Amino acid sequence: MAYSTATRQAFADDIATIKEKGLFKEKRFICSPQAAEIEVEYPEGAACRKVLNFCANNYLGFSSHPEVAKAAHAGLDSRGFGMSSVRFICGTQDIHRELQEKVSAFLGMEDTLLFPSCMDANAGVFEAILGQGDVIIADRLIHASLIDGIRLCSAEYDTFKHMDMKHLRKKLELHQDKRRRLIVTDGVFSMDGDLCPLDEVCDLADEFDTMVLVDDSHASGFIGKTGRGVHEHFGVMDRVDLITTTFGKALGGASGGCVSGRSELVELCRQKARPYLFSNSLSPVIVSATVKVIDLLSSSTELRDKLEANTKRFREGMTEAGLNIRPGVTPIVPVMLYNAKLANDMARDMYAEGIYVIGFFFPVVPEGQARIRVQLSAAHENEHIDKCVAAFKKVGDKYGILGLDKKGIIEQYGT
Amino acid sequence: MDEIREAVLEYVIDEYIDEDDDMEVDADTALISSGIVDSFSMVSLKAFLENKYDIRIPDEDATPEAFDTVNSIIQIVEKHSS
Repeated sequence: MAYSTATRQAFADDIATIKEKGLFKEKRFICSPQAAEIEVEYPEGAACRKVLNFCANNYLGFSSHPEVAKAAHAGLDSRGFGMSSVRFICGTQDIHRELQEKVSAFLGMEDTLLFPSCMDANAGVFEAILGQGDVIIADRLIHASLIDGIRLCSAEYDTFKHMDMKHLRKKLELHQDKRRRLIVTDGVFSMDGDLCPLDEVCDLADEFDTMVLVDDSHASGFIGKTGRGVHEHFGVMDRVDLITTTFGKALGGASGGCVSGRSELVELCRQKARPYLFSNSLSPVIVSATVKVIDLLSSSTELRDKLEANTKRFREGMTEAGLNIRPGVTPIVPVMLYNAKLANDMARDMYAEGIYVIGFFFPVVPEGQARIRVQLSAAHENEHIDKCVAAFKKVGDKYGILGLDKKGIIEQYGT
Repeated sequence: MDEIREAVLEYVIDEYIDEDDDMEVDADTALISSGIVDSFSMVSLKAFLENKYDIRIPDEDATPEAFDTVNSIIQIVEKHSS
């Protein structure tokens, strides 16, 4: 037998090690549509209970939006469920082209190519456009999928300190001998909610004849005054060469992603990117729904405006309540706790209060930077936000951290 | 060896420690296992060593364990210098 008892035991030991390190991911089941208020079965086997969801990427509330669901139904009726083919054989419908054109127009880019996910877009884009003699210079806190994609590419790579423009300049000077240079950054960093200063990045890119790629997965649809993304926020919509983004967060929340940008670079992805070539594209159901999402966002800023107001209300409420939140303007709000056990304990107590949030700690975030990450949504109403703040105040009071800064929390709990 | 230690330590502090961070780093400070340097960012340290000491460090030697402290890095440099 190939899968012997010894082999089974060895794999079981690997799982045990993950548990011992406190890195084991528990199963959690949602028994309702994704929304501000959801029903959760946790732990596995427990009766479902209603909680307020503050840990989804459902920034604009499109995951169960009635018009989006209606468009998904229409897509199913008119174009069927699956394609049973990769794009370049017989897996491209007219609505795939329509979505690509609408995404290009929305992001202000020349062309767009759909991928099964943004993880796939990031896995494929670098290898398709760069090679030996080139260099990729990346912010150290970019998303894991970008790191994987960079490692799959034969170009050299280097990193710069998180959002440190002085350090980026130094790296650009160091790599002037390379054939081509590409700066890679997240638009909004998913763990900290930081906005990359893209205007400064683009200035440096111009100075050192370098291309810029931004993963705007945590920004597309709501950052910038009309929700186009971080490039709109910083007024550099025509100066970013490539954007990768997802339809699995604000833009509907189902799945799918894309590479959008300079037409030659997108064409090279169409010809060479392996996740595009060797995997089916999005189901017609998702394509139709995502077209509707882009149409809704192109016609009104109501939802991104509501998300902005919700973010402001939450950030102000938490600050007033004495919680130590990382400053910023994005709907990703890290509640800094520094100690992993404290983050876990508080997240558990928040769940008991009916608020679904998750603690994050090393190695997901740097050592000593444990936190609970809160994510706001346009689907939240004021009473949801006020309830969440009140729960944090109650739980924070229980642990004696209200009004404490970083030093105070670390003095009490360590890192 | 002291000269290499000083140069590597200076590079590590300049490359990986933020200016406003009051973290103390010496030749025995754990860099990788403590999270100061992650495996993605380790590449610049490897490139620095290869360029400065005109050596090639094969991937099988460029492990997180081997790069974990300045003192262990010195051993890698010495091994490949000879």
